[in-house]
Amino acid sequence: MNTELLGVIGIFILTIVLAIPLGKYIAKVYLGDKTLFDPIFNPIEKLIFKISGINSAEEMNWKQHLKALLSINMVWFFLCFFVLLFQASLPLNPDNNPSMTPDLAFNTAISFIVNCNLQHYSGESGVSYLSQIVLMFLQFVSAGIGMAAAAMIFTAMKERTTEKLGNFYNYFIKSCTRILLPLSAIVAVALVFSGTPMTFEGKDAITTLQGDHVEVSRGPAAAFIAIKHIGTNGGGFFGANSAHPLENPTYFTNGIELWAQMIIPFAMIFALGFYLNKRKLSNIIFGVMTVGFLLLVVPTVMSEINGNPAIEKMGIAQATGAMEGKEVRFGPAISGFWSIATTVISTGSVNSMHDSSMPMCGAMQLLSMMVNAFYGGCGVGILNYYIFIILAVFISGLMVGRTPEFLGKKIEAREVKIAAFIAILHPLLILAGTALASYFAAHDTAMGYWFNGNATGWLNNPGNHGFSEMLYEYTSSAANNGSGFEGLGDNNPFWNITTGIVLLLSRFIPITGPLAIAGLLAGKKYIPESAGTLKTDTSIFGIMTFAVIAIIAALSFFPALALGPLAEFFTLK
Amino acid sequence: MKNLFSIIKLTAVTLILFAVIYPLAIYGIAQLAPNQGKGETILVNGKVVGYQKIGQKFDKSNYFWGRPSAVDYNAAGSAGSNKGPSNPDYLALVQKRIDTLLLVHPYLKKSDIPSDMVTASGSGLDPNISPQGALIQVKRIAKERKLDEAKVKALVESKINTAIVGPETVNVLELNVALDQLR
Repeated sequence: MNTELLGVIGIFILTIVLAIPLGKYIAKVYLGDKTLFDPIFNPIEKLIFKISGINSAEEMNWKQHLKALLSINMVWFFLCFFVLLFQASLPLNPDNNPSMTPDLAFNTAISFIVNCNLQHYSGESGVSYLSQIVLMFLQFVSAGIGMAAAAMIFTAMKERTTEKLGNFYNYFIKSCTRILLPLSAIVAVALVFSGTPMTFEGKDAITTLQGDHVEVSRGPAAAFIAIKHIGTNGGGFFGANSAHPLENPTYFTNGIELWAQMIIPFAMIFALGFYLNKRKLSNIIFGVMTVGFLLLVVPTVMSEINGNPAIEKMGIAQATGAMEGKEVRFGPAISGFWSIATTVISTGSVNSMHDSSMPMCGAMQLLSMMVNAFYGGCGVGILNYYIFIILAVFISGLMVGRTPEFLGKKIEAREVKIAAFIAILHPLLILAGTALASYFAAHDTAMGYWFNGNATGWLNNPGNHGFSEMLYEYTSSAANNGSGFEGLGDNNPFWNITTGIVLLLSRFIPITGPLAIAGLLAGKKYIPESAGTLKTDTSIFGIMTFAVIAIIAALSFFPALALGPLAEFFTLK
Repeated sequence: MKNLFSIIKLTAVTLILFAVIYPLAIYGIAQLAPNQGKGETILVNGKVVGYQKIGQKFDKSNYFWGRPSAVDYNAAGSAGSNKGPSNPDYLALVQKRIDTLLLVHPYLKKSDIPSDMVTASGSGLDPNISPQGALIQVKRIAKERKLDEAKVKALVESKINTAIVGPETVNVLELNVALDQLR
């Protein structure tokens, strides 16, 4: 057990240590400074822009950034939607998997353009290899979109007054080619040599040692799994995601995949510090996030190591911890740690089945996504946190009676209104969705077109845990996370369409808000720091931000958590 | 309109880079990997008996058994049970698995059974069990195969994979292949 904890701590520290130099590199990329890799990437990017006829040096204001971002996502949506809808008749389908229904294709296409992986299908039987490759493409570019948005906000935070905030396409392409692609290639190679398949051959039929006939699914998995983590999308190649022994073959690959999903979100925070030359600010932000993360991790890992009290009562040794839905090669400690890393960071890949996690662990997974501000997804993590900084600046400004300012720009009514709207949207989408689904489940409504049968039929577990399944699905959608309490019967029009809408709203509105705030602030007069300025790079301001985050989360979500995992926790004691 | 056309062209170029060149490069490198990146197999007398990483069903009494599986070790798919820890039906199922294990291994005490042997894995294809999960089956195997118990136990111990960090595991298929060769 001790070596298991050692593995967890080792991976976490290694990621932080490597995130600092990567952050420095990312800052250089966005600043346009010279890096070692210029001779490789300059010609590639030049060619990309030349073919597309885009002038990557043209400066854009925040509205132009937003317009470009939304239009390109629209193109991707239609591309992906139609590939999924007609995959059966398209090439690269050796297993003869059927085409998706329109509602499933809608949900899946949205899920991947918003850098989420709410997969209501199983990779082995639900998609062709061509579809997998298109989804993999979206794993690159949707991560690039999040990073490009973050890069625009970095630019807007500079100490000056301007409307010109760099070029969207420039940030986007550089994020993909200079950051995501090389890191993914490294991870993919490590996976290939650890036993993850990378083949275009279909299923293999074998006779097992004791004489059964089985088929074994394979595919071009290694390339997919690398970017799935580097880009924090989390979409599994196989149905069981990173619990699948080919998707995550060893304890070593598990460490690599954990590292891969944490590295860019960590590095982006350090990148902010290098970019603005405000190391202290980024250290404080990283500190607050780390405290929040550890507060979620510790109870989770503890409860998984201690095992299931109900099974312990039957007299079974719990020396190996809670093992339902877990793999022996990982064990409970790092599975618990992963479940918080993946929910905090909006990856949504799983190496154990969250539906079978201990109730305390389930509560922490939910809370990670409800807070949605610690580390966060590729690029968008820092956008979410930015909203809370604005709110904290405003509230602490009121408390000490000073004009609220952030990095020399006055925060006024308009910015605060936008920030408050974004902060409220998240609980609104989660709770409204859960309320709707729970209403149908509680009344066991006949769902007609929307679901084959009565509403309780979509639950895999009774009682409080059943409620948690529905709560988790909407929380995961609203956080653009993608993991699930997968027992939920979610491949039907009701879940495909409602979660599809939640995914869409909770991706593009929380990107628009911070872009707008940053754009508006950038255009304001720069006020140099004086004795009267409220300092935002101090630990006291860090605590203030943490308090704002904690209070909003507690007020919005405590009742829902009490009905779900907390009630289950107390009944299981 | 000109903008939209540019975006479509940009999408096409990035598709070539990320969806064609990148996977083909990894595919090329995979040709140097074990079994050319098609998944490592285990051969007995030149015949493939399984994939090293993929668990398979063992329910005959002369083989070591793996963990319970929600997909019955059908590797054309993969899934966990997704049963919640307090679900009464699930707990009844666990009780049934305990009873079965005790029935087949009458020499066992309940507290000897590790939890991985009565719970389903996340993938349904877990190739491993804990060392304790293998050791509790030694006596049964020795009896079935008319082998010396100490010999079987030594075989299990030789098949325990340890690492600097992480849990100890036993690969059930590898153990059973070695068991077949034990005289």
